[in-house]
Amino acid sequence: MLARPKLRIAAFSTAVIAFAAMSGSALAQKKYDTGATDTEIKIGNIMPYSGPASAYGVIGKTEEAYFKKINAEGGINGRKINFVSYDDGYSPPKAVEQARKLVESDEVLLVFNPLGTPSNSAIQKYLNSKKVPQLFVATGATKWNDPKDFPWTMGWQPSYQSEARIYAKYLMKEKPDGKIAIMYQNDDFGKDYLKGLKDGLGAKASMIVAEESYETTEPTIDNHIVKLKATGADVFISITTPKFAAQAIKKLAEIEWKPLHIVSNVSASVGSVIKPAGFENAQGILSAAYAKDGADSQWDNDPGMKKFYAFLEKYYPEANKLDGSVVYGYGVAQTLVKVLEMSGDNLTRENVMKQAASLKDFTPDTLLPGVKINTSATDFAPISQLQMMRFKGEKWDLFGDIISGELSN
Amino acid sequence: MSAIDEAVTEAPAVEAVPKRAMTLGYGASLAMLVLLIGAPLFVKNFIIFQLTMLLIYALAVLALNILTGGSGQFSLGQSAFYAVGAYTSAILMEHAGMNYALTLPIAGVICFGFGFLFGQPALRLSGVYLALATFALATAMPQLLKLGYFEHWTGGVQGLVVTKPDAPFGLPISQDMWLYYFTLAVTIAIYIFSVNLLRSRSGRAFMAIRDNEIAASAMGIDVALYKTLAFGVSAGITGVAGGLGAIAVQFVAPDGYTITLAISLFLGMVVGGVGWLPGSIVGSAFIIFVPNIAEGISKGLSGAVFGVLLFLVIFLVPHGARQVAMVAQHLLGKLRKN
Repeated sequence: MLARPKLRIAAFSTAVIAFAAMSGSALAQKKYDTGATDTEIKIGNIMPYSGPASAYGVIGKTEEAYFKKINAEGGINGRKINFVSYDDGYSPPKAVEQARKLVESDEVLLVFNPLGTPSNSAIQKYLNSKKVPQLFVATGATKWNDPKDFPWTMGWQPSYQSEARIYAKYLMKEKPDGKIAIMYQNDDFGKDYLKGLKDGLGAKASMIVAEESYETTEPTIDNHIVKLKATGADVFISITTPKFAAQAIKKLAEIEWKPLHIVSNVSASVGSVIKPAGFENAQGILSAAYAKDGADSQWDNDPGMKKFYAFLEKYYPEANKLDGSVVYGYGVAQTLVKVLEMSGDNLTRENVMKQAASLKDFTPDTLLPGVKINTSATDFAPISQLQMMRFKGEKWDLFGDIISGELSN
Repeated sequence: MSAIDEAVTEAPAVEAVPKRAMTLGYGASLAMLVLLIGAPLFVKNFIIFQLTMLLIYALAVLALNILTGGSGQFSLGQSAFYAVGAYTSAILMEHAGMNYALTLPIAGVICFGFGFLFGQPALRLSGVYLALATFALATAMPQLLKLGYFEHWTGGVQGLVVTKPDAPFGLPISQDMWLYYFTLAVTIAIYIFSVNLLRSRSGRAFMAIRDNEIAASAMGIDVALYKTLAFGVSAGITGVAGGLGAIAVQFVAPDGYTITLAISLFLGMVVGGVGWLPGSIVGSAFIIFVPNIAEGISKGLSGAVFGVLLFLVIFLVPHGARQVAMVAQHLLGKLRKN
């Protein structure tokens, strides 16, 4: 008599265990946080579509077009991307408002590629306290690679400091007794860069004989350049944004000052800097790059760039392919898609962050051959390689090896 | 500018009873108060945050309203005072570890002093010239904040991150809600102060100067003193708003306080009705929500859509919310009679 109830209990408990195991495995298969479902992944984004930095709004539009392409091709593991992008006008208080709107009202899975150092600084603490990924921020400041204090924030492009160190390395080797004149933009970009240069030069920082800063509101920087020429420097480092970089190249030719001229990567665009400044004035200028230039004919037959041009033609025909921001938006959107693919059916914020931190040798179509995206739990700087290049004829000639500007500290 | 000029110079003709023209009736005030107290109980934290910003900008618009609507002086430099207030609060909280509530009066006093001092040279200027001088102040401020000399305190271009306060006494409400009620209390206090200020001897002196400077000085009003005083009070209130803004946004950086902010506040004042204090909150709502609406209509042309909406408002109701309120009052009166 005892046997039957016992058997029944055994059968029942087996059933319970089996059920628990099954539902457990079902849960393991599909796990979602706010913003992800069987059919949709909601991605938030903040861009300066208006205001002083509105030229970068193109990045947001390129990303939107790229996700449209992904959706048209069936989405990511069957899920469509719903890309919600808001304007912050490059104002930090507005960025906070928009970030909160994305997280609390639109309920996005993550905030992707918000642009600008001030805006990202403003929302970093909030997003980290909410444990919402602030993924692939669109700024080159060095502080985004800080997984210990801000495990939910990750950069994408090489930091300004690591780029500056590459130039410092190059100068110490090629022109050890050069006299360096620096012109920099008086903001976070310029200052971060300057620090990288000085750190890179280390004990040789005395090579710098002059520094001049300018404000973005100045109509022209000619007087700064005349002043720098007067110092007798033979190396000129231009830490400038496109408009001013072009002005500098022109002015240098005008006053017949021919130093070794280095232009920051931000302003290495053939379309928006070199061409307006005049090809004849730009011969021999040095810079470093991590992405291919859409205006450079040497990539016309490159398979990656062919894909890029085909994408533009079909999904974003009004885009200006000479604009570096378009190349940028494409590359970063592709990286996000890769991370989401790797996340599979486990679309929790934690797993997305984990996958973002386990990219191995990933190469978006638009990166230079040899430049690879690598991240780890302690390395939140996806791209840290660049290659030096010299302007010749009507295009950049890459030379030397792919150099890692990895910060040693 | 002509619409504003008109509003400023025409104001006295409308205001037979200045007391009325400056404020809302008791019934309307009470209804507004109930609405402001009740609203956050029914909405998400994000909306509460927006409402907090609404109150903060309303304070800043109110401050400008006292200056322009009260004493007839223009200012496009309110963003500078707002920035000084914000940085004062942020620096005191983060470097000196001071309680957030205590930093506000300090921010107010410092800005009062700053505004009072700025008012001295501004005395020689009037109308568009004063507007230009204050404009210069607004464009200079973000750069001053970046100066290497202050960098240790201001954080330079990187700005300063501010810790958000928790609700005190273990009250079971969220940080956002607490901050909202805190801001509301400060706003109501400053609103009552402002209304009383404008009804007092000083307020009448402000308005006398606005209406006719020569006549005012003939009546024995110390024009120089009252003009600088108006600047000081306006700057002080803006400073408190700035401090609250820094606490609510949890971040201060030079890019947050550009000339765009000053122009927004100016816009808010015009839309709300120059010289009509309750209009400040309407103006503030306009500068916070209308850009969002414009963005919803068209992302690429949000600026243009905003411009069209603004143009419509100025074209249809040149005296802003005050005009709407008066028409509404008129209609209500008619209804009652029937």
